[in-house]
Amino acid sequence: MDQSTAAIPHGKSEWDGGASPMGISYGKLMMWFFLMSDAFTFSGLLITYGLVRSSNAAYEGAVENFQFAVTHWPIPEKVFDAVPFLHGVELPLIFVGIMTFVLIMSSVTMVLAVEAGHRMDRLAVEKWMLWTILGGITFLSCQAWEWTHFIIGTEGGTVMSGYINGRMAEYTVTGANLVQNQYGPPAFADFFFFITGFHGFHVFTGVLFNFLIFYNTVTGLYDRRGHYEMVEKVGLYWHFVDLVWVFVFTFFYLV
Amino acid sequence: MAHKEPQIIVLPPNKEKIKKLWRVALILLAITVFEFFIAFTMDHGPAKTFIFVVLTIVKAGYIVGEFMHLKYEAKLLFWAVLIPMIFVVWMLVTFVYEGMQIVPL
Repeated sequence: MDQSTAAIPHGKSEWDGGASPMGISYGKLMMWFFLMSDAFTFSGLLITYGLVRSSNAAYEGAVENFQFAVTHWPIPEKVFDAVPFLHGVELPLIFVGIMTFVLIMSSVTMVLAVEAGHRMDRLAVEKWMLWTILGGITFLSCQAWEWTHFIIGTEGGTVMSGYINGRMAEYTVTGANLVQNQYGPPAFADFFFFITGFHGFHVFTGVLFNFLIFYNTVTGLYDRRGHYEMVEKVGLYWHFVDLVWVFVFTFFYLV
Repeated sequence: MAHKEPQIIVLPPNKEKIKKLWRVALILLAITVFEFFIAFTMDHGPAKTFIFVVLTIVKAGYIVGEFMHLKYEAKLLFWAVLIPMIFVVWMLVTFVYEGMQIVPL
């Protein structure tokens, strides 16, 4: 079983066995179907976000006068406007833009690793896999910073009003968790944690898989096997993670 | 016959293919920059959302079609992956519409 991509020998019927359906190997086909099911999971999360968001009141008024309040859904660019080392400078969505750039670039290096694998060029596969791993780790680090910032909150927090022990009272909320959220309705923070968290978990496992592939490449496993198809399979997963981020970026940060 | 180490033939880089991949990357980045531009110049509203959705689908098309190579796979696989996504569209439309009917608590 040296070769996992089986071609039909000439003169043999497709029904005699040994032929892969849809012209790709079993492993790649199963990766496609897994990614489809994963796409449905992410769709479920993002669509539920859409449901809850559209059931909440949108902010009406000038963007400059926007204030955090439970009564309306926050404008994302007003929530995510911080960049590391630039404290107090309002840079809306810049950091998310950097994260998007990092992830797209790591997707490019991944596809270059796949291309090198087709040519059996071990050194090039190693090089591009390392760049991909580096991109993944950079993205995760950025996300760790963003989460920390989101959880700790802004200076002074937001004064909100609500019922405490059956009485209407005003209280200050700083930062966000699953129950309280200074940026707006608590559901906003919940979705932030669940959607970006689930995506971040995918990036994390992606980095682990990429490292595994890198390790196997270095030890010469794929050279002995005679093909670099594993790079392609993990590449599919990595591109999918990038694809999900494209949707998260649009529906969570832009719209 | 004695056991032989498999002969590995390293092919030279496919310049044309690599150039094409970088071009796709450039398109993706350009669309993202354009999205940023729109995010800060257009007023919030259905038109803005529509533009974002269209641009996102274009980006998704490039990632799935070129990076994930789906465009060049067998047509059966292509449609087997794409057609079930109809459910996502249906769910999106239904849920967002339902959401607008829910009275905020």
